[in-house]
Amino acid sequence: MCLGIPGRIVAIADEDAMLAVVDVSGVRRTVDVVCVAQEGEPLEALIGVWVLVHVGFAMSRIDEEEAAATLKVLAEIGEMEGELDAMRTGSVAPLAPAN
Amino acid sequence: MRFVDEFRDPALAAALIREIGTICATLGRAKDDPVTVMEVCGGHTHAIFRYGLEGLLPDLIEFVHGPGCPVCVLPMGRVDDCVAIAERPEVIFATFGDAMRVPGSRKSLLQAKADGADVRMVYSPLDALELARRNPDREVVFFGLGFETTMPSTALTVQRAARERITNFSLFCNHITIIPTLRALLEQPDFGIDGFIGPGHVSMVIGTAPYRFIAEEFRKPLVVAGFEPIDLLQSLLMILRQMAAGEARIENQYARVVPERGNPSALRAVEEVYEPRPTFEWRGLGSIERSGVRLREPYAAFDAERRFAVPDVKVADPAACRCGEVLTGAVKPWACPVFGTTCTPEMPLGALMVSSEGACAAYYQYGGLRGAA
Repeated sequence: MCLGIPGRIVAIADEDAMLAVVDVSGVRRTVDVVCVAQEGEPLEALIGVWVLVHVGFAMSRIDEEEAAATLKVLAEIGEMEGELDAMRTGSVAPLAPAN
Repeated sequence: MRFVDEFRDPALAAALIREIGTICATLGRAKDDPVTVMEVCGGHTHAIFRYGLEGLLPDLIEFVHGPGCPVCVLPMGRVDDCVAIAERPEVIFATFGDAMRVPGSRKSLLQAKADGADVRMVYSPLDALELARRNPDREVVFFGLGFETTMPSTALTVQRAARERITNFSLFCNHITIIPTLRALLEQPDFGIDGFIGPGHVSMVIGTAPYRFIAEEFRKPLVVAGFEPIDLLQSLLMILRQMAAGEARIENQYARVVPERGNPSALRAVEEVYEPRPTFEWRGLGSIERSGVRLREPYAAFDAERRFAVPDVKVADPAACRCGEVLTGAVKPWACPVFGTTCTPEMPLGALMVSSEGACAAYYQYGGLRGAA
């Protein structure tokens, strides 16, 4: 529960609500980006940024190399599939916006 | 069990292990008086076992698996409260999957679901809020649990519910905080831990300053660590170097993810939404002052404990379980009389057997039975 999973922000879902779409190993879902947004910077600037996603919230910006290393660790310790399954099956919100 | 040549950088891992051995030998410790290092985070516990780190290190190093798995430290009475709320006909009870199998005194949430309660596994508190939006005639209760890593997520979700004026959403708040718990452990008279591997993702939220008292008051080193085997080995080496130099400092090995000051947006949400409870009960550890949080008055409308009557009965852990002693490092899981017999991951009796981050489940899964004979 306390591990984050790296994902890349691929779109902004709702600028006012601070929601973005993140791609986590091919699974896309809407996440809250309040904790990684920077004041005065448009949310679009987050597109392409790698973040650590924890229970539907982007909690920290990370670089691509860190993302790759973390994904490898999660796969090795057997947490990757569980996390992605939870993301797929436990998601009530649309995994990615319809537009 | 993994071998060092399977690590991402085997040469670095081998060098770190050699260096750990060299420094360890200078500390003048004997086999019956090993250097004990507590990893606080359940994710670290899982990684230590998965990579077989204990088997790669000198016998003079001993990991103690601390109370860093939030599912494992949830008292039985709180699970009973969850079940009582979930069994109300108007309620949809939303929870993370890993809380489903934690035993209560009557049943787990999974058993309550099998018996007809509307329990839904969700990935995120945002999903629970979406359930509330889609089911305006039902009461959606989200089971908030976890340390500071998860705390901002539920705080931000409650703030979102408040902004949207959603009236059928509430939080059953069981969030716990690591700092008072570390203090309670350190204040135990016979607590013989030499140093700490600090949690990576809790620290991503709170930063490193809150740990200072550990070095300043208790003269113990703490190094915040990442989750790769190299991270854990490096952190251990940093702790040993401090010990060899007679120092006690807070260091950050995971600086690539953990900012020294934490995450200001997350901390702001936590501060606005929660206040400390006078005391909170932990499974196996008893009550610890100011170690749990509840919703502040402006968010009272979203507090499930105010919205529903919960039994709030304290239930003693099963007498045979020695979870509390395992959590404080007093005994190893295999010393518990029910370990691997009446307590298994399939049918857990004690909390430490439930989650893969619990010490007993890790020992069971990875065959950590050395010394059992």
